[in-house]
Amino acid sequence: MIIASNVSKQFGKLKALDNVSVACKKGECIALIGPNGSGKTTLIKSILGMVVPDSGFITFNEKNILHDWKYREQIGYMPQIGRYPDNMTIGHVLDMMKDIRSNSLQTDEDLIKAFKLNELMHKRMRTLSGGTTQKVSAALAFLFDPAVLILDEPTAGLDPVASEIFKEKIITEKQKGKLVLITSHVLSDLDDLITQVIYMQDGKLCFHKTIEALRKDTGEEKLSKAIANVMTKN
Amino acid sequence: MKKIIKYVMTDILRNRIVLVYTVFLLITSFSVFSLEDNNSKGLLSLLNVILIVVPLVSIIFSTIYVYNSAEFIELLVSQPLKRKSIWLSLFTGLASSLSFAFFIGAGIPVLLYQPNSVGCMMIGIGILLSVIFVAIAMLAAVQTRDKAKGIGIAILLWLYFSLLFDGLVLFLLFQFADYPLEKPMIAISALNPIDLGRILILLQLDVSAMMGYTGAIFKDFFGTYIGGIFSFTVLLIWIGIPVFFSTRKFNRKDL
Repeated sequence: MIIASNVSKQFGKLKALDNVSVACKKGECIALIGPNGSGKTTLIKSILGMVVPDSGFITFNEKNILHDWKYREQIGYMPQIGRYPDNMTIGHVLDMMKDIRSNSLQTDEDLIKAFKLNELMHKRMRTLSGGTTQKVSAALAFLFDPAVLILDEPTAGLDPVASEIFKEKIITEKQKGKLVLITSHVLSDLDDLITQVIYMQDGKLCFHKTIEALRKDTGEEKLSKAIANVMTKN
Repeated sequence: MKKIIKYVMTDILRNRIVLVYTVFLLITSFSVFSLEDNNSKGLLSLLNVILIVVPLVSIIFSTIYVYNSAEFIELLVSQPLKRKSIWLSLFTGLASSLSFAFFIGAGIPVLLYQPNSVGCMMIGIGILLSVIFVAIAMLAAVQTRDKAKGIGIAILLWLYFSLLFDGLVLFLLFQFADYPLEKPMIAISALNPIDLGRILILLQLDVSAMMGYTGAIFKDFFGTYIGGIFSFTVLLIWIGIPVFFSTRKFNRKDL
């Protein structure tokens, strides 16, 4: 569904992405792993068109995303740090999003219910705690039942209960055949979710393997140990 | 696009600063008109206030607003929306709410005390200046990510258009006093929308008789039909060019 070919991006002297090529297909659940500043978020933002690559191109359903915007109807994005207009209430933000994406017929409000956001609808965004803001971001990402879910550090800041609800939701969506892209540093959260691993370092893509292949290569059952194994070898 | 304009406008019109701006304009206009016994003199005093305050408020408020809505813009960019329509909606929302504030604050008193062509001209110039300085502010804000720097640029631009430009023109006039500069002055005045606005209104008033030979040349040019069209076209260009360049820049910006 999403193919990135030789994508490079430079911020000043820093090479955020260095000749990255990836292919993501339907029904996959991909973990994007790498140390801080390895270019994970930049890659995600390039896919969303928020960052324009210096060279290389990205296609979505075989169409170049440059100067295109329609394809974002099929993406649900949950940012690392959700930032929303201070003066709006949760209800306003949700209504506005529904208003903007009015061509989506049905909305998926499971997470709004599960996170009990209904009771907080009148609260202004600036008064919310970090975790509640994350819940709003998560609810927004799933709201329009998109074919692709891009989740940037989704479980950071969520309490254990919310985190479990969220993981359950990802698993159900994955089973519906959606493409899920997750970055996370909490590797134990990813164990029972993902099918593939992309490992990045210093803007370069080190490997893209299925989880089974990774387990076999490293001889470790747990993802966290497998990745630690890879990181120490490098 | 209409939906985003709606959200931007409701947000701005609820903003306290815009309310204070409107009330300030209302108080100034009514007090100026009640202080002067001659309404035309009142209009002249109001003109001087408007030519300073309207660009200042428009440019500073818009710059700060664009920086403060960085989150909102980021949120919208990740949605299925064209970047161009996001930016133009932001511009339309800002320009129409500030023009509306100006119309309520200064337009209504002017229409009450001076319901003639000069009054209408003044309202038109005020609204055009509001829109022009929103456009310039958005160009300044899109250039740099740093808020303090962006606001600094906006203030400098305002200083340039309100004070420095006149100083430069005076300097030029004195340096080249031996040459006939009256005609080039018309071209130079097109380089500053505030000056152009001032000339257009002054020529409608009796005081233009006191402006000397340059004033006569101005009257000869700007007083005519073609001159009028020329100056309004120039003012529209002052809106179009900054909007064009800021949209282009925003289209390629990394967020």
